[in-house]
Amino acid sequence: MSETLLSVEHLSTVFSLRGRSMFAPNVELKAVSDVSFSLNGGETLGIVGESGCGKSTLGRSILRLIEPTAGRVVWQGRSLTDLSAGEMRKARRDLSIIFQDPVASLDPRMNVGQIIAEPLKVAEPSLTRKERRGRVEKVMEEVGLAPEMINRYPHEFSGGQAQRIGIARAIVTEPKLIVCDEPVSALDVSIQAQIVNLLKALKERMGLTLIFISHDLSVVRLVSDRILVLYLGRVVEIGPRREVFANPGHPYTKALLSAAPIPDPAVARARGRTVLKGDPPSPINPPSGCAFRTRCPIARDVCAEVPPPLAEVGADHRAACLFWEEVRADPAVVD
Amino acid sequence: MTLYVDRREALEKAFIDRDDQVPRGRPRSVTRDALRRFRHNKAAMTALFVFGFIVIAAIVGPYLVPYDYETPDWEAFTAPPSIESGHYFGTDQNGRDLLARTLYGTRISLLVALIATTVSVIVGVLYGAVSGFAGGRVDAAMMRFVDVMYALPYILFVILLMVMFGRNVFLLFAAIGLLEWLTMARIVRGQTLSLKEREFVEAARAAGVSSFPIILRHIVPNLVGPVVIYASLTIPEIVITESFLSYLGFGVQEPLTSLGTLISEGADALGAADWLLFFPGGVLVTMLLSLAFIGDGLRDAFDPKDR
Repeated sequence: MSETLLSVEHLSTVFSLRGRSMFAPNVELKAVSDVSFSLNGGETLGIVGESGCGKSTLGRSILRLIEPTAGRVVWQGRSLTDLSAGEMRKARRDLSIIFQDPVASLDPRMNVGQIIAEPLKVAEPSLTRKERRGRVEKVMEEVGLAPEMINRYPHEFSGGQAQRIGIARAIVTEPKLIVCDEPVSALDVSIQAQIVNLLKALKERMGLTLIFISHDLSVVRLVSDRILVLYLGRVVEIGPRREVFANPGHPYTKALLSAAPIPDPAVARARGRTVLKGDPPSPINPPSGCAFRTRCPIARDVCAEVPPPLAEVGADHRAACLFWEEVRADPAVVD
Repeated sequence: MTLYVDRREALEKAFIDRDDQVPRGRPRSVTRDALRRFRHNKAAMTALFVFGFIVIAAIVGPYLVPYDYETPDWEAFTAPPSIESGHYFGTDQNGRDLLARTLYGTRISLLVALIATTVSVIVGVLYGAVSGFAGGRVDAAMMRFVDVMYALPYILFVILLMVMFGRNVFLLFAAIGLLEWLTMARIVRGQTLSLKEREFVEAARAAGVSSFPIILRHIVPNLVGPVVIYASLTIPEIVITESFLSYLGFGVQEPLTSLGTLISEGADALGAADWLLFFPGGVLVTMLLSLAFIGDGLRDAFDPKDR
């Protein structure tokens, strides 16, 4: 439980965009910049942030579905980023991903059995057809799908069922780490609950470690042990879930928390709101110093000078704000 | 927020663990759905029936007709169609039975179209899919090669090939197939560019599947729609190309015949023996029309959105 399974060290992913004209220099978009964290076995890390802040890119860079530009991903003591393509393919049986759009992530020409069996074929090529089918039916049971559906095609299923198929595919090789890239945001709320619970149950049963990417704080809060808040590709805060929710150390986290809807209007009215102005700045040309300063309610001149380091604000809790004490002192939102 | 969470959990307790509402009926693959739509298209089905009839006639017909395609009937030169003599389509200037020659010619034309289309589909799909999937410089280089091939005048090519292969008709048409794949490769590449960004391809990469199996298992099967449609348009194109080349004297040589050769001979005899143009021309037009309807039907069946 306490052993470090995955550590991400100074990971950056830069996309090179073509310049406006043929002769203009290429433009660099830093989708993920200098992200570091480590993850223990059996832990769930929730990654939150606005659309376009690099959450998905971070998740994919860890799995090398997008090649990171700099930094290392160390998995069980081995540096994934230094593996050859062939070695990486072998390592993939321990690593898995669940996608946001359940239907788009399933090949429309394949039936459920073929879809779920695909990772198994790569991971354990020695299995006979029959053994493979047995394994597929077993995971279908495990994710709550009737094994009779094995010959059905993706378009015959509801969104929730399709996501169960996606989950079955992700766990069929018995991986240790699953990156869940907004696994429930395309689903109805009632179905979301089912899928979240399924993931929690599977995590318990299989001892999985999860990276749970979402913009929905209420979902992240249900599943995560720790929270990482991302803004413009940078870590602005990371810490234990309880700490981050109850006692945020970064004004951005605070704003996010105050933006989450509360079903009870009385409570909602009573809480203070930190409203952010404007849109996040373009990651192509981020602000100098602290990336958040353009929207920050407490920004000062110093904020434009140097990027604030991640300061220790509590036990295992760090925030990238020079004035975190001030953020803390301000009567907070939160329930 | 707590409230929200609690309610969620309560809601969830009711129907969580399983979601196994089995869809009814037999499993429906995308292809099967398309075929079902095709079957409901009357024009296309009629065309398919007509085309099927022509194909069967071309295959078994020559064995049923009492005359063969090269032996002259010394009693009937340039005889008009008649039921009594058994020359239902009449005979040509050399006394050869036109029905036998038309059936035989159709057979050759179809065979040539089949060979060329198969070659163009296989080469075009693989080339286009690899080019699109690889992307970047590989893609650019591969597509520039296609552009260069496009720029070459193809009659020149045909003449060069004639020199290389001599008068082997089938090799020649395999080679024509090798020219026809250019458009197919472009279409396939375009489709592949969008397919490879789809999440199911990423899922396969996440599972550790390497590139070529991804192309074969995920990209190519999803190209079936556009490829089938374009192939159905290639067949008539090649039948026409064959007719054209035979007309120029590059294609099929006497006494073997093809629809194109028959039509060119018939055109010379126009006025004196109209049936020599009328029958082979009628077969060609019917065949092309039915192929066009079939192609239309396939397009509607595979892309119901574009109708």
